Amino acid sequence: MKKVENILREHRYQRSRIIQILQDIHVQYNYLPAKVLKYVSKRLKVPLSKIYSLATFYTAFSLKPRGKHLITVCMGTACHVRGATAMLSEFERRLCIKHGETTRDLNYTLETVNCLGCCAIGPIIVYDGKYIGEFKLKDVTKVLQGKL
Amino acid sequence: MKPLLIISAGTCGLARGADEIIDAAKEYQRKNRLQKKFDIKITGCHGLCEAEPNVLVRFNGKFIFYQKLKPENVKDIIEETILKGTIIKDFLWFDPKTKEKYEKIDDIPFYQKQHRILLGHNVLIEPKYIKDYLKLGGYSALGKVLKKYRPLDVINMIKKSGLRGRGGAGFLTGKKWEICRKAKGVEKYVICNADEGDPGAYMDRSLLEGSPHGVLEGMIIGAYAIGANKGIIYVRNEYPLAVENLRRALEQAYRKGFLGMDILKSKFNFDIDIVRGAGAFVCGEETALLASIEGEVGRPRSRPPYPAEKGLWNRPTNINNVETWANVPQIVINGANWFSQIGTKGSKGTKIFSLVGKINNTGLVEVPMGITLREIIYDIGGGIPAGKKFKAVQTGGPSGGCIPHSLLDLPIDYEGLTQAGSMMGSGGMIVMDEDTCMVDIARYFLDFTQQESCGKCPSCRLGTKQMVQILSRITEGNGEYRDLELLEEISENIKASSLCGLGQTAANPVLTTIKYFRDEYLAHIKEKRCPALVCKSLISYVIDAELCSGCTVCAKNCPSDAITGEPKGIYTIDQKKCIKCGICLTVCPSKFKAVKKVSPPVK
Repeated sequence: MKKVENILREHRYQRSRIIQILQDIHVQYNYLPAKVLKYVSKRLKVPLSKIYSLATFYTAFSLKPRGKHLITVCMGTACHVRGATAMLSEFERRLCIKHGETTRDLNYTLETVNCLGCCAIGPIIVYDGKYIGEFKLKDVTKVLQGKL
Repeated sequence: MKPLLIISAGTCGLARGADEIIDAAKEYQRKNRLQKKFDIKITGCHGLCEAEPNVLVRFNGKFIFYQKLKPENVKDIIEETILKGTIIKDFLWFDPKTKEKYEKIDDIPFYQKQHRILLGHNVLIEPKYIKDYLKLGGYSALGKVLKKYRPLDVINMIKKSGLRGRGGAGFLTGKKWEICRKAKGVEKYVICNADEGDPGAYMDRSLLEGSPHGVLEGMIIGAYAIGANKGIIYVRNEYPLAVENLRRALEQAYRKGFLGMDILKSKFNFDIDIVRGAGAFVCGEETALLASIEGEVGRPRSRPPYPAEKGLWNRPTNINNVETWANVPQIVINGANWFSQIGTKGSKGTKIFSLVGKINNTGLVEVPMGITLREIIYDIGGGIPAGKKFKAVQTGGPSGGCIPHSLLDLPIDYEGLTQAGSMMGSGGMIVMDEDTCMVDIARYFLDFTQQESCGKCPSCRLGTKQMVQILSRITEGNGEYRDLELLEEISENIKASSLCGLGQTAANPVLTTIKYFRDEYLAHIKEKRCPALVCKSLISYVIDAELCSGCTVCAKNCPSDAITGEPKGIYTIDQKKCIKCGICLTVCPSKFKAVKKVSPPVK
């Protein structure tokens, strides 16, 4: 909990900064672990129910551990008209999960994003922070083999 | 002047390999000791995203535009163009409409009809440093304001200019400032709404990445006019580069004394903080945004009281969007009259649109208000790719609507777009061609709104859900005639009984598509046919026996083993096994093009 304490200190234990605090915790753990949230609730004297409501309202937060690799498929309008839905269903089919879920072996998390603002090169996906534009159906295999 | 290599490196440039171009250029310069021969400038996006990664070479006062480069091209550019002054024809922009190549950036049709008051800076500024912005006269507007003007003078100037909010609703900016100025309260806030959530709109990101100081300067001037000492930039977390550049710009502005205590010895104090959003579209709505900054769940509340009177922590708060703030220093420098001469009667100045979708020259375009859609799509955008037919253009994001071919000569301003059933919104402009299904688009937007609805108003929470269900039913071929009436009825209800803009405008994509593309809805309902061949349930993939050469590629790639046949013979798709993933269509070699989509589906 030392790491969490550092984050809280950085935000001067201000309750109004709770969302920013949760964001930093999310970066640290890659999700929001229950025991950390309980700790934060105690330290900031914020009801756990409120933290839970924030964590479920904002899409940036996950209450479940996420995979080693993060695949984000952009579902913006420009990507949509260029076939992003087909890319997403192909990833879903190959990983046997729906978007927003993580594979059982904790290897992959599949997410969607409303728009990355890279509409010129859509459809676009992000694999572990790397933007891959002009994505094609056959590139799905390459991504899952770590070749892109 | 020393030659200059300007590399466009916004997020989409980087995604297309601008970082490799930068590395190659730096490496070549260092290895060959050419530091004295030319400089390298790494800037934000140059607007013509289609041409990424692109560079500008400045020599003899000309700006040569090179496009779609690979790292190995850098050597040629340096040796030929920078050192010898020869232009390399292969890298020049080829315009899809005029079929000509252009050397200078100003000659390219994409840039010609634009009026780049704000985006023009992106080419000249290296956002990592403040010096470029200062060289362009940056912060001189602030100096002028603090030295010569009283706060009321500034408000009057902005009012006179006719600047309206660029975030959506288009409220008069000067008027907003005035209300906040007059509101009672010891502490006041100004906020920059950089929660750019509309899919297909990214002009704010480009401004923040490429010229962050312009936004900061606008905010400082606004704060002075309103009497606020605290500012907040609420920025979307999905824009890491924008956040990084903003942070750095803030530090620089503090160091130079443009922020903090006693700014430029004027006794005016102002601080700016950055708050990152956490991925909720509704937080672009101002009251939801305020709740989010206060550490609450981002749900809108009813207005009045407006934020100008009771905003953040119940104190008077003025919220403007990124593009609005960026316009402020320009108005101060060039005068209100200069600004009000651009545009139409009710909409002054320029507006940045992101021209995306099925269009040749994808990119950010900054045009004077009042320009027609036709000029944007055909003259600037270069028309529709692959010889396809234009079908519609969607403006205003999920709150907007689809505008058909018959309205292409509509002059674009706040009123014009609203009359057409759409809206200005933040400026997304998504072009759709004959391969886009309008029912599917309506469903897409409603699905978006339904997921992003905060859930406070039942009409929005439940109404959008029902509309998605009906639209899905239609795209699956189970629609009925009365569905159209039902959709219209629910639309009216959501519009009338939702608290915030998200709900009030949620039905626009559906209403405009029913109004302008009724025949497509009817084809789905009556004939169980999707004319654009998009809706999965209403299409089949088939192999054209005359075109198939039996190369086996489709069968090898089919994930559900639905394709059978003999090598060198003719292959067929078993419709019962086919999952309609479309892989066969993408892998079929382009010399055969044997896989086709048909609708209604094969039985």
